Amino acid sequence: MISLVIMFVIYNTVVYTQGTSNETPKMSEQAIKGEQLYQENNCTACHQFYGLGGYLGPDLTNVISQKNKGPAYVKAFLNSGIKTMPKFNFTEEEKDALTQFLTEVDQTGYYPNKDAETSASGWVGIKYKNR
Amino acid sequence: MKKISFTFLILGLLALIVGAIFGTLAGIQYIKPDFLKEVIAFNKMRPFHVSTVIGWIILCATGGIYYYLTNVLNLKLFSKKLAGAHLILFILSAVAIYVSFATGKMGGREYFAYAPLISVPILIGWILFGINYFKTVPKQVKGWPVYLWMWGTGIAFMIYHIGETNLWMIPYFRENFIRDITVQWKSYGSLAGCWNMLVYGTAIFLMSKIKNDDNVGRGRKTFFFYFLGLFNLMLGWAHHTYIIPNQPWIRILSYGASMTEWIIFISIIIDWKKSLSAEKKELNSMSYKFLMATDFWVFFNLIIALLISIPYINLFTHGTHITVAHSMGTTIGINTTILLASLFYIVNKEGKELLDKYRKIIKLGFWFFNISLGVFLICLLLGGVEKSIWMYFTDEPSSFGQMQDKIQPYMYVFLAAGFGLLAGILMVAVPMLNVLMKKSK
Ligand code: HEC
Repeated sequence: MISLVIMFVIYNTVVYTQGTSNETPKMSEQAIKGEQLYQENNCTACHQFYGLGGYLGPDLTNVISQKNKGPAYVKAFLNSGIKTMPKFNFTEEEKDALTQFLTEVDQTGYYPNKDAETSASGWVGIKYKNR
Repeated sequence: MKKISFTFLILGLLALIVGAIFGTLAGIQYIKPDFLKEVIAFNKMRPFHVSTVIGWIILCATGGIYYYLTNVLNLKLFSKKLAGAHLILFILSAVAIYVSFATGKMGGREYFAYAPLISVPILIGWILFGINYFKTVPKQVKGWPVYLWMWGTGIAFMIYHIGETNLWMIPYFRENFIRDITVQWKSYGSLAGCWNMLVYGTAIFLMSKIKNDDNVGRGRKTFFFYFLGLFNLMLGWAHHTYIIPNQPWIRILSYGASMTEWIIFISIIIDWKKSLSAEKKELNSMSYKFLMATDFWVFFNLIIALLISIPYINLFTHGTHITVAHSMGTTIGINTTILLASLFYIVNKEGKELLDKYRKIIKLGFWFFNISLGVFLICLLLGGVEKSIWMYFTDEPSSFGQMQDKIQPYMYVFLAAGFGLLAGILMVAVPMLNVLMKKSK
């Protein structure tokens, strides 16, 4: 029992530190503010990051770097109320924060990971963005 | 004490009914974007649905455990007051969650879309449950059957992982998006593992009682299965996050762990079915019937779960409706059928005569439920295949909107199946609710 608990503690500690380390710089204050807006408006009900979230809208992981999209495109969407998307009333400052958040998420990796290396063992080596 | 258990169960049934209604409304919004958009937009409807149905699983499992401890195993509960406080905390939390959604003061994390502060009373409720459980059971039972281990494990880890879910409030986690999203989904995978401990524990308890054979919850194989479940609770979560750029060893460990699960569980059920006499089946026929449905859905989900835990397949299914088929298959097909079986066992014990007059409608409901669920899951799988092809196998992908239009036909059938599911749930749940209300007076 005790050894199980110790193993669990060690495992969690390693996940919380090395296991989830990533070369991307810390999120900026503005991006964190954007993330807060993202949460308060529950965008995740329809949108995903890395495929995680609701499916009514598109995945937003790489919306900033996708062909023909980018910051201006994103800003135009926010208050549009297009299709199922609620009609939000973000101020210019809030739009900037949300866009900054999406920009910094974009820097963390790829989704979908189209260049992942697959092997016959069923293993997948995903492609990292920042190394 | 019966009153407290019954209140948990009644609230659980209400949550099932209301949650299913929210689900169908959200389903309509999937197809008709403007439906109720001004009143409850989808970003609120979805959490109303998700939180309410999770409430069903938690409340019904909890009420069942309180009932079984005190009324079937005849243990003397450490403190009725604590149980009462647990109930009140959960009721207050439920009200607060609804207020949080209605007023738009949301936390906006998947599954925990309510204002983050509400996790505090929920956590305290679990701690009270834990104190009561561990002050009651060890003193009065020597040599625990597996279900007592499973319930205890579920409660203890629930406390840890609800805490873990809220780690994002600490800047160390929040500032690193990859760390944040990995730990977030780690906690979700483990939370599902926790309630599975509570619910599967209940299934094994029921089997041992219906069969009237204490050996069902004992033996090397049973405990081997328990440890595998525990192992998966701790490590298996990472198939949600294969695609996230964290360190590869997390995925390797999880891949290994995921491949071991489930098989043991189905083997226990099969063993049990083999040795059940016809007469005992009759005694608890609805309870038995629902456990047999569980058996079928375990088999169905076993295949999906095993497949999508293989990274190569996961690469293509992740982020598509196939994942939803997996989560709906397990929560509706497995958890809900077990919990309905549990309710039938309790209602049968308490007011068999009252339930008898509903026998026909319940049977009809049973078939509505299961057939609709089958159609529901097939639609999700087909929709998921379409989305996967769109994501990975088209050179010049069409727009997201065009892809959505393409899977629209599946979504129509999906919605119809959702209505069927709701109808089935009503036919089964309303009679039970009726009996429980009468008996709790
Ligand atoms: C009720 C569902 C819903 C909610 C909630 C929602 N969206 Fe959307 N969003 C959509 C849909 C649907 C589209 C796609 C419209 C189309 O292209 O047809 C979309 C598109 C977008 C796009 C453009 C993506 C692309 O790749 O073209 C961005 C950016 C976006 N939403 C951001 C947000 C943000 C930020 C929030 C929260 C403040 C949010 N959305 C909340 C449904 C939603």
